[in-house]
Amino acid sequence: MLRKTFESEIKQVKDDVLMLGSMVEQALVDAVEALKKRDIKAAEKIFQEDRAINGKRFEIENKLMVLIATQQPMAHDLRLLASTMEIISELERMGDYAKGIANINIRMGDAALLKPLIDIPRMAQKGADMLHRSLTAFVNEDVEAAQKIPIEDDEVDALYNQIYRELMMFIIQDPKTIERANWLLWVAHNLERFADRVTNICERTVFIATGEMTEIKSTDDEFWKQQHQEK
Amino acid sequence: MAQSSPNTEASKYVLETKDLGIYYGDFRAVTGVNIPVERHKITAIIGPSGCGKSTLLRAFNRMNELSPGTRIEGEIRFEGENLYDPSVDPVEVRYRIGMVFQKPNPFPKSIYENIAWGARIHGFKGKMDELVESCLRQAALWDEVKDKLQQSGLALSGGQQQRLCIARALAVQPEVILMDEPASALDPIATLKIEELMQELKKNYTIVIVTHNMQQAARASDHTAMMMLIEDGKRSGTVIEFDKTNTIFTNPKDKRTEGYVTGRYG
Repeated sequence: MLRKTFESEIKQVKDDVLMLGSMVEQALVDAVEALKKRDIKAAEKIFQEDRAINGKRFEIENKLMVLIATQQPMAHDLRLLASTMEIISELERMGDYAKGIANINIRMGDAALLKPLIDIPRMAQKGADMLHRSLTAFVNEDVEAAQKIPIEDDEVDALYNQIYRELMMFIIQDPKTIERANWLLWVAHNLERFADRVTNICERTVFIATGEMTEIKSTDDEFWKQQHQEK
Repeated sequence: MAQSSPNTEASKYVLETKDLGIYYGDFRAVTGVNIPVERHKITAIIGPSGCGKSTLLRAFNRMNELSPGTRIEGEIRFEGENLYDPSVDPVEVRYRIGMVFQKPNPFPKSIYENIAWGARIHGFKGKMDELVESCLRQAALWDEVKDKLQQSGLALSGGQQQRLCIARALAVQPEVILMDEPASALDPIATLKIEELMQELKKNYTIVIVTHNMQQAARASDHTAMMMLIEDGKRSGTVIEFDKTNTIFTNPKDKRTEGYVTGRYG
């Protein structure tokens, strides 16, 4: 086979992206679990995980630069390498959302959770699952899957809206809960953004496979549109 | 020269130059070259035309001496020993350090004989059929020629002829293969085949390649030596930067290298 060496280097990069993805997925699940248990030590560990995520991202970025510089990728190969650069940057930012949740956990100090967490772990589970499948679609260049996954973001948005309303109720009933409600709202917001970025990964996958740069779903505006319509 | 044995601890470097200068009569073509050639790696020599790339390559197997008046200063060490020591037989050197040229130059003989001939002269006593098959397989040519071994080597396509020349170089079991623009006369697909073949060959051999084609050096080599003409009294070629190929093409240290690899200089 022609360009066997280049092919195997491309496969290696895809494996590295999967590895980075699973680190991010784990960090998110761990961060929410630590919050649920109010485990500060576990939250501090997420910071270490985040450093490893950033390191992995730079490692992949460097490999991609070397491949672009030395292998003269064209057409599909070029779209793949350029888009992978984009995807690892998304993953790194998604890791930051996990770190953000850990940070909130630490800043909460001794304060108890305003309420037992139910929808927040659901959002995290959904986001992690979407991320996992989006990377499988990326590796297999599965356009059909890549176009379907972003639709599931509606479920994450719905959970976010539900959490938002619930927390507003707490605040209205007792303004002393504002700070604790706000913490949880930040957590939910991090999770909502996390899922949005899955859509970006899916868009890149479609681009790699087809060369079409399309916005699958503009999720960012949904929440605010809905809030506006309700007024 | 002592044959390197797999049992003794071999140096990381097969070839090393020490302050190497190469003269054609009074003309100093190459000056002050200090580069190592790592075992089982591909080392590329790049640089603009006339900077001494091929001269340097030919010094590695004493091919330059075939032109009268050629001499070197400094040293080339091959497996730790001075390659130009008076006790060293240059013919023996050329067996252990083989060469493949720009233009495929098979002998006007059968495909089979192209490989068997050199081995026979070199005193090969084993089973010739097996040697021919093994060399052709290593050169990724066997499947294309196995049914026509008695046909003339000249009847093959350019890319096939070049792989035949590589197979021929392998027949005398060299340690190093020098390649002088091995793909510049070939089309892009045949070029990629040669490059892929080099990746296979480096598992068993050490390769030094001279190429005009920077992209080829980038794609196929592990280390790159960047050569350029410098004004040192007289114009003479030298290695201005030597590093891992990845570094040369993403973050070269010398501004002239940067200029050359980005197509702004040279």
